[in-house]
Amino acid sequence: MASGVKPRVKVPKTASAGETITIKTLISHKMESGQRKDDDGNVIPRSIINRFVADFNGQNIIDVTLEPAISTNPYFQFEAIVPESGEFQFTWYDDDGSVYETSKAIEVS
Amino acid sequence: GNWSRLAAQQALTQEQLLEFDTFGNVSLIHVTDIHAQLKPIYFREPSVNMGVGDNKGAVPHVTGAEFRKLYGIADGSPSHYALSSGDFSALAQAYGRVGGLDRVATVIKAIRADRPDAILLDGGDTWHGSYTCYHTKGQDMVNVMNALQPDAMTFHWEFTLGSDRVAEIVEALPFAALGQNIFDAEWDEPTELFPPYKMFERAGTKIAVIGQAFPYMPIANPRWMFPEYAFGIRDENMQAMVDEVRSQGADCVVVLSHNGFDVDKKMATVVSGIDVILSGHTHDALPEPVLAGETIIVPSGSNGKFVSRVDLDVRDGRMMGYRHKLIPIFADVIEPDPEMAALIDAQRAPFEAQLTEVIGQTEGLLYRRGNFNGTWDDLICDALLSERDAEIALSPGVRWGPSLLPGQDITREDIWNVTSMSYGEAYRTEMTGEFLKVVLEDVADNIFNPDPYYQQGGDMVRTGGIGYRIDVSKPQGDRISDLTLLRSGEAIDPNRSYVVAGWASVNEGTEGPQIWDVVESHIAKQGTVSVQPNTSVEVVGA
Amino acid sequence: LAATGLGALPASASLAEDEIAKLTGGAETGAGDLKITAPEIAENGNTVPIDVSAPGAVMVALFADGNPTPAVATIKFGPLNPSHEASTRIRLAETQNVIAIAQMEDGSFQRASAEVKVTIGGCGG
Ligand SMILES: [Mn+2]
Ligand SMILES: [Mn+2]
Repeated sequence: MASGVKPRVKVPKTASAGETITIKTLISHKMESGQRKDDDGNVIPRSIINRFVADFNGQNIIDVTLEPAISTNPYFQFEAIVPESGEFQFTWYDDDGSVYETSKAIEVS
Repeated sequence: GNWSRLAAQQALTQEQLLEFDTFGNVSLIHVTDIHAQLKPIYFREPSVNMGVGDNKGAVPHVTGAEFRKLYGIADGSPSHYALSSGDFSALAQAYGRVGGLDRVATVIKAIRADRPDAILLDGGDTWHGSYTCYHTKGQDMVNVMNALQPDAMTFHWEFTLGSDRVAEIVEALPFAALGQNIFDAEWDEPTELFPPYKMFERAGTKIAVIGQAFPYMPIANPRWMFPEYAFGIRDENMQAMVDEVRSQGADCVVVLSHNGFDVDKKMATVVSGIDVILSGHTHDALPEPVLAGETIIVPSGSNGKFVSRVDLDVRDGRMMGYRHKLIPIFADVIEPDPEMAALIDAQRAPFEAQLTEVIGQTEGLLYRRGNFNGTWDDLICDALLSERDAEIALSPGVRWGPSLLPGQDITREDIWNVTSMSYGEAYRTEMTGEFLKVVLEDVADNIFNPDPYYQQGGDMVRTGGIGYRIDVSKPQGDRISDLTLLRSGEAIDPNRSYVVAGWASVNEGTEGPQIWDVVESHIAKQGTVSVQPNTSVEVVGA
Repeated sequence: LAATGLGALPASASLAEDEIAKLTGGAETGAGDLKITAPEIAENGNTVPIDVSAPGAVMVALFADGNPTPAVATIKFGPLNPSHEASTRIRLAETQNVIAIAQMEDGSFQRASAEVKVTIGGCGG
C-alpha cells in the first residue's frame, strides 16, 4: 500500500428527502504518471489511482476511470440525490491493488 | 523647458489641488499601487503604452502629446507633467517630486473634513516595493496605511510575502481585506480570511464594495509562495456577488479592483450592475473616468502619485450621478501631514544609513514605465550582462519603480525601489535560441493578446544583449522575428545555447545573488552611469 | 519570467482523434447540451480545473489533445446523479484543447471542447 494516501470528502450531514446535494472528494496521492524520469534517467513506474466510485445505499452516483493526466491528489465534485437516510460510500482503486474506502452518513429530515 | 521652479510652484496651490465642489451624498477615496513609496519621488508616465484589439488607440493606450490633445492639457502645465510623458526631466525640475504618504494623508484629511464618512479604499500593491518594506516584511506599509484608516483593501504583490505572512497581517488588519476571486485552492471555496465584499451605510444609503484581487497571481508571481490560494477573474462569481449585495439592499455597487484597466473594461460589460470600478494594477492615471456600459472606471495611477476622489449621488437604490477628480500629489505644493511624516520617519529610522548611502550618479534620466525597456531596465540588463558574465539578459516588465533625473545621485534606496521583491535571485542559465524565442513569444502574448482576459502579465520582458522585431498585431508564435545577438551582430541560432542572466524567476529554488546587489555592484564600478539609448527592439503593428 | 519547462512535447492532436474514433466507432459526434468549462489560462498546468456537464449522457470521456497521452478520464453517471455534471483537475503539458465526448442514452455521441492556455508566466505590475 502506498504511504500517505488519505481520502477526504465533504458531504452535508442532513438533507430533505429527494434533495440534490453537492459532494466534494479528494484523495492525497501523487499520481505518478509513468512518464517522469528519476535523476539517473530511469523511468519512474506508473502508480496512480485508476478508478473512483461513489455510491449511496448501494446505488451508484458516479464511476470514474482515471488516467495519468488526472492531477496529484485527485479531486471530484458532483451532485447526488438523497432519497432517504443512509450512507455514502466512496472507493478509490490504486494501481498497486490497494483499495481505499470512506463513508459518510446523511440524515433525511 | 523654461518653467522655473518658483513660477511653477506659485502657479500651483494646495487649495487648487484640493478644490472640489462637494457633490451628492457619498464620497469614495481611492489609492492604489503605492508599491511602498512612503517618500516623494519622481515618476515618469509611459511614452509607449500600446492597445490591441478593441482597445487599440483607446485610453489608457494613448501617450505623450496625443494624450494631452485628447484631454485638452496644455504643454508645460502641471497636468502635462503629472499625467503624460514628454519633456519629463525639464518639467520635473520645475514641478518637483510627487507622492509621499504624508502628503497623501493631508489630502485624505481634507476630503474627510469635507465629507467625514468618505470611504477610503486601497487597491493593493501596497506592501511591496522598497528597502524598508522588504526588511520589515511589509510592516512599515501596514503601520503607515493603518494610520490612514482605510475601509477596505484588495491585493496583488502582497501575496509575494508568502501566504503565512499575509495571513498574519490580514488577521490583524483593522479594515476589510476583500477578494471575491480569492479561493481556497484545495476545495475551490471562498476563504474566510478574504470576504468577497463589505457593505457600508452612508447618508442612509447602502454602498457595497466588492474586492477583486489580481486574477493571475499564480502565473505572474511564484505560486509556490501561496499554494493555498486560487484566483482567476471569476466573472460568474462576481455577478453572483453583485446580485447578492443588490438583494441585500445595496443602492450602489463599487468594485475595488486589481484587474488592470482593460480587464476591468471587459468585466464591466460581462457583469451587469456595477456602478463604479476603482481600477488598479496597470498603473494608469486618467483625468476622468471611462464609461464601459453603465459602469464608470476610475484608474488612480501608482507609487503614491495620485489620490482619486469620487463623489456619488446615490438615491432610490441607484447611482444618479458622480463627480470625480484625480488629485496629483505635488510634493512641494501639498503640505506634509506632520503626524504622518513622523510615523514615516519612524519606519525608516532603523535603516536610514543604508537607505541614503550614495552608490553612484546617473548622467541621464532613469525610468521604467512603458511597454518596452526603459533606461532603468537597460541599466539593470547591463548590470546582469557584466556582473553575471552573460550574453543575454532578461528583466521582468514590472510597472513599478520611480524615476531618477539626470545628474541625480543613485542611493541604495533608489536601487531597491526598482528591484525589491521576495524572489530577487539573479539566475544564470543556458537557453537555446529556440527556447529564447518561445519565452519572448509567451510573454508577448500575455500583453498583446487582443482579448484582455488573456493579458495576465506586466509589460514586455526587458532584454539586454539581443535585438528583435515585434509585430504586436500578430498571433502568438508569429510576433517575434529578427532575433539578433548584439555582441556579434549575428542572428540568434535556434540550435545554439546562450548564457542568459535574469531575475524574478517564478520557479522555486532559483539560485543566484540578489538583483539589488548585482545592480549596486555594477553602479559602484561605473561611478557615473550613462545608459545608451536602446534601439534594439523594433515595434510594428501598433 | 521562468527559465525552464514547456515546448518539447509533440502535438498529439491526431492521437486524440484516433482514440475518439475508437470510442465512437467512427460515428458522427454532434453538438448538444454537452458543455465543458475550463479556465482561459491555467493558473497551474499541473492542476487545471475542468467541469463537464452532460445532460442525458450515460458516459463522458475526456481527452487532452496536446498531452503525450491524450486520455484523461471516463465518467459514468449512476441513477442517483441528477445533473450528469462533474468537476475534476487535470494535467496539461502545454496550451491545448480539452475535449469531451458524451455517449447519450440513445447511443449517439456529442462532442464539446475548450481551449486552455498554459503559459510560462512571470512578470507582473
Ligand atoms: Mn502595481
Ligand atoms: Mn499589480
